[in-house]
Amino acid sequence: MRFGKNWKFKITPFRILLIIFVLIAAAAALYRFVYGLGAVTNLSDEWPWGLWIGFDLLCGIALAGGGFSTALIVHVLHKDKYLPIARAALLTSLIGYIIAMVSLFLDIGRWFNFWRPFFYWGYHSVLFEVFWCISLYTTVQVLEFGDIFFEKVKCAPLKKILGALMTPLLILGIVLPSLHQSSLGSLYIVAVDRLYPLWWSMLIPFFFVWSAFFLGPAMVTVEGTLAARAYKREPEMHIFESLTKVTLVMMIIYLIVKIVDLVYRGVFSMAFNGSFESNMFLIEMIVFVIVPIIMYSINSIRTKLWGVLTASILVVAGVIFNRMNVVFTGMADAMGGHYFPTIWEWLITIGMWSALVLLYCFVVENFPILPKEEKHTHGSGVAYGKGIHA
Amino acid sequence: MSKGVLVDITRCIACRSCMVSCKSWNDLPSNPSTFSNNWDSPGKIDSTNWTVVTNHIIEEGDQLKWRFVKRQCMHCLEPACESACFTHAFVKTKEGAVIYKPTEVDQDYCVGCRYCMIACPFGVPSFEWDKTFPFVQKCRFCYDRMKEEGMEPACVTSCPTQALKYGEREELLAEARARIDQNPSYVKHIYGEKEYGGTSWIYISDVPFDKLGFRTNVSEKSIPAYTWDVLKWTPLIFFGWGAILTAMRAYTKRRAEVHNEEDMYAPVDDE
Repeated sequence: MRFGKNWKFKITPFRILLIIFVLIAAAAALYRFVYGLGAVTNLSDEWPWGLWIGFDLLCGIALAGGGFSTALIVHVLHKDKYLPIARAALLTSLIGYIIAMVSLFLDIGRWFNFWRPFFYWGYHSVLFEVFWCISLYTTVQVLEFGDIFFEKVKCAPLKKILGALMTPLLILGIVLPSLHQSSLGSLYIVAVDRLYPLWWSMLIPFFFVWSAFFLGPAMVTVEGTLAARAYKREPEMHIFESLTKVTLVMMIIYLIVKIVDLVYRGVFSMAFNGSFESNMFLIEMIVFVIVPIIMYSINSIRTKLWGVLTASILVVAGVIFNRMNVVFTGMADAMGGHYFPTIWEWLITIGMWSALVLLYCFVVENFPILPKEEKHTHGSGVAYGKGIHA
Repeated sequence: MSKGVLVDITRCIACRSCMVSCKSWNDLPSNPSTFSNNWDSPGKIDSTNWTVVTNHIIEEGDQLKWRFVKRQCMHCLEPACESACFTHAFVKTKEGAVIYKPTEVDQDYCVGCRYCMIACPFGVPSFEWDKTFPFVQKCRFCYDRMKEEGMEPACVTSCPTQALKYGEREELLAEARARIDQNPSYVKHIYGEKEYGGTSWIYISDVPFDKLGFRTNVSEKSIPAYTWDVLKWTPLIFFGWGAILTAMRAYTKRRAEVHNEEDMYAPVDDE
């Protein structure tokens, strides 16, 4: 499909399926806005926050962590060898934040009041900081993306203004997510005595921001490989491999701080008390932290695409697992009752992530996001199987 | 001075007059209830039941004790819900009630984010799930009666056994101590004196509080104080981290080679 001579969007059966998911979600969302949360969700007084906040918002924002960690590596430390992935990381992050904003908007009961926190300052609330930082950071990312947008849509004066703003934008684009990635963890400081002690800690803001940061390179690896397969490009293997050093060091520090924190608070033995929570915690730490650390540190695994990809998928899944543990596993005992999302909550979630994929495809096919690639036949199609035709 | 209520669990007979008077004063709808094994239906607070009496059967040796606990918002001295609200829709009034900000112009600050429900350590705030534009509902300490008429809360008025006593919190604490000291059957603890920084509603009992569904051995530090320990660093991190990043960017830029980014990237050509 082409609109005008400069815009195109290829329609494939897979994309039609995604579009159907988006349409279903849009209809369900409309229904939710008219009839309220009780009509479409299984949320209750015991479980005021569910799938949309726990998964779409908390995980969406965490997974978008690739944006700020890449920005720090490329634009502040000027590690130029990572430039080829910078724009893709920014794009995924921007779309991730838009999803988070949409799910937040869906989730608030009195949605027409969404603008209130801009004018009525509950500055003693962690959520206030989260709200402001996420709103500002999304704006910053839109402006950063504007710089790319105006490479295609020629508008010299605007591009010049954005160019001049770029340094403060880049700095804000790291400071703001650092603050709210940690604040998303601080949200659960209020759950003292209720969130299971293996997760509740005054250091939870540190764990959240740190894991969002080391998640970044892993996420870049996963989405880079996906994009490479979808578009039959060569995966940027040397970049993925070299990024593992960042993840590896940060994960080791994460693990050490985690253990020290548990010992300091005197709850280390709770990890082995055999309860459901302790088992989930052990899975989180062993499968999703220690195993990737080992994989990243073995040369013969790290230098293979399957190796770096598997380890990165574990890291990404591990951060999701951690957030789910904080929101659901760790709170279940104190909150009582039970919660499982309705079909509508699932459909809206699926629709939002489908929109993410579609938006990503549209943007990379129309804007200069991925690095130029010389046209030649290379081995990727053979080595990694036939690319999924996205 | 801040008001409070002393609940003496030894005196409660589970007549539920407090539940009825709460409904009638606050004009709350009645809802059909179901039978529950310990007779305390509905058994938990929700958006139309701002107070409930829960029943507890406690075995102590060969003795069987049946105790009843009136539950409602504890009206914390430093409320977690107030501190969690990002539009400051909840306030603690000087009289002691924790309520939606009673401004005449506009009460409608609430966004419906429900973080107050996560924050409240007593699980009190309830949401009107069945409404299109729900509010968070909970006991208001009969702020309207207290403020305009100088009256005690409806539930206290209707209590036939003086299990509830309304007054200045400090005086109630003194009275609670006196009752505990005079009668050895009381547990030597005033629930709400120190829990989470103290609450306006305080309880005394002859049965250990953990057997009555109270969360015991909890923090004596208020939840807002925990949050503030972290939040207070925000401006410092904002400016400090910003300054460090700016310095690093300036320092490394001189060494880095200049790239023309426009030549580096291109749209994917997937035709």
